[in-house]
Amino acid sequence: MERLTPVEQKAPGRWQVATVAAIKPETPQVKSFRLQVPMWMAHLPGQHYDVRLTAPDGYQAQRSYSIASSPLEKGEIELTIDRLADGEVSPYFHDVVVEGDQVEVRGPFTSYFVWRGESPVLLVGGGSGVVPLMCMMRHRRLTMPELPMRLVYSVRKADDVIYADVIAEAGVDSGIGFVCGSNAFVETASQLLLDAGFDPQQIRTERFGPTG
Amino acid sequence: MNGFISRGFGGHRRVPEELADRLPPGQYVESGFPVLTAGPTPKVDTADWTFRVDGMVGQEREWTWEEFGQLPFEDVPCDIHCVTKWSKLGTTFRGVPVDVLLDAAEPLGAYAVQYSYGGYTTNLPIEDLMDGKAWVVTEHEGEPLPREHGGPARMLVPHLYFWKSAKWVAGLRVMDHDEPGFWEERGYHEYGDPWKEQRYWND
Repeated sequence: MERLTPVEQKAPGRWQVATVAAIKPETPQVKSFRLQVPMWMAHLPGQHYDVRLTAPDGYQAQRSYSIASSPLEKGEIELTIDRLADGEVSPYFHDVVVEGDQVEVRGPFTSYFVWRGESPVLLVGGGSGVVPLMCMMRHRRLTMPELPMRLVYSVRKADDVIYADVIAEAGVDSGIGFVCGSNAFVETASQLLLDAGFDPQQIRTERFGPTG
Repeated sequence: MNGFISRGFGGHRRVPEELADRLPPGQYVESGFPVLTAGPTPKVDTADWTFRVDGMVGQEREWTWEEFGQLPFEDVPCDIHCVTKWSKLGTTFRGVPVDVLLDAAEPLGAYAVQYSYGGYTTNLPIEDLMDGKAWVVTEHEGEPLPREHGGPARMLVPHLYFWKSAKWVAGLRVMDHDEPGFWEERGYHEYGDPWKEQRYWND
């Protein structure tokens, strides 16, 4: 459907140095980082960026983070990062990074877990799995606010709700489903969608790596 | 290197020196076995399972689960590298060398596509499946391969990023040209050599 802002997938850019423009605490464990990206390229809702940290001796660590902002917010991306206690990159963002800092980023990447305006849409998020879904919701709100889209969002406790200012409403619908969260969450939720009659080809999943 | 340094970053997940030469650039060591799958996990019953070699071959071949079990199996100790940055070092699978399967079908093309129950595909030059570089595996660490990791059978091509090792593999299609598979069409690299860090399209 080309009714939404058409965004073509292109080969992503090279590593570039972005500047942290704003930091917003979402929950005690989650912060959103708004980055100014000099060689910005429009992303498809659901895509991710890679982030690379470099120590003075050349040691590097890379991780991937989903984009939470709409591609209509030109020149910027928002990455929402869950602090993993035994992590290496997420604690750096939470404990070290301040506004004005620079970080190396590269993206946007891959075009499977992406929303191109299909509807109706069911979004199913567990914990920080809601991040790429937020990009889809924001983009819909800016382009086609009347388009049917529903979010089912699961958290362990009330404090864990990211983007608390966004209202989530439960519901089962046919159409296309996006499921993002830990592997156990995705296994269970996607099975429920299959049981509810979703076509397996219409369920797109994104799973967290090591944590589960 | 562009000389960029991340302010205040020390890095605490450094790899022990004896493992350093087994870890490709940009990867970190993961002791678990994360699950990353596009779409829901397919359910494949061994009673219905077959493995095919088709396409540009002298003779198409198909094995049932029972027939496949009669082929020569071997243990495959290896390191695996996922494009999402984790590597698992020193893990052991058990399976049939792809050489055995290809030899039976007499391949005539230079490329192959692995195809899976559930619709996944991934492409590679056929030589990357030959000479003891690839296996169809049914066990991991002495146990039947779990469904979430591709059971009952998956491809194992440990010298390439792990998306090139199809889960729930149903067969190999031999081709005379290279045709992008599922992830290769969606932004991941055509070949995927972890040592050259070939993650995405223009790497």
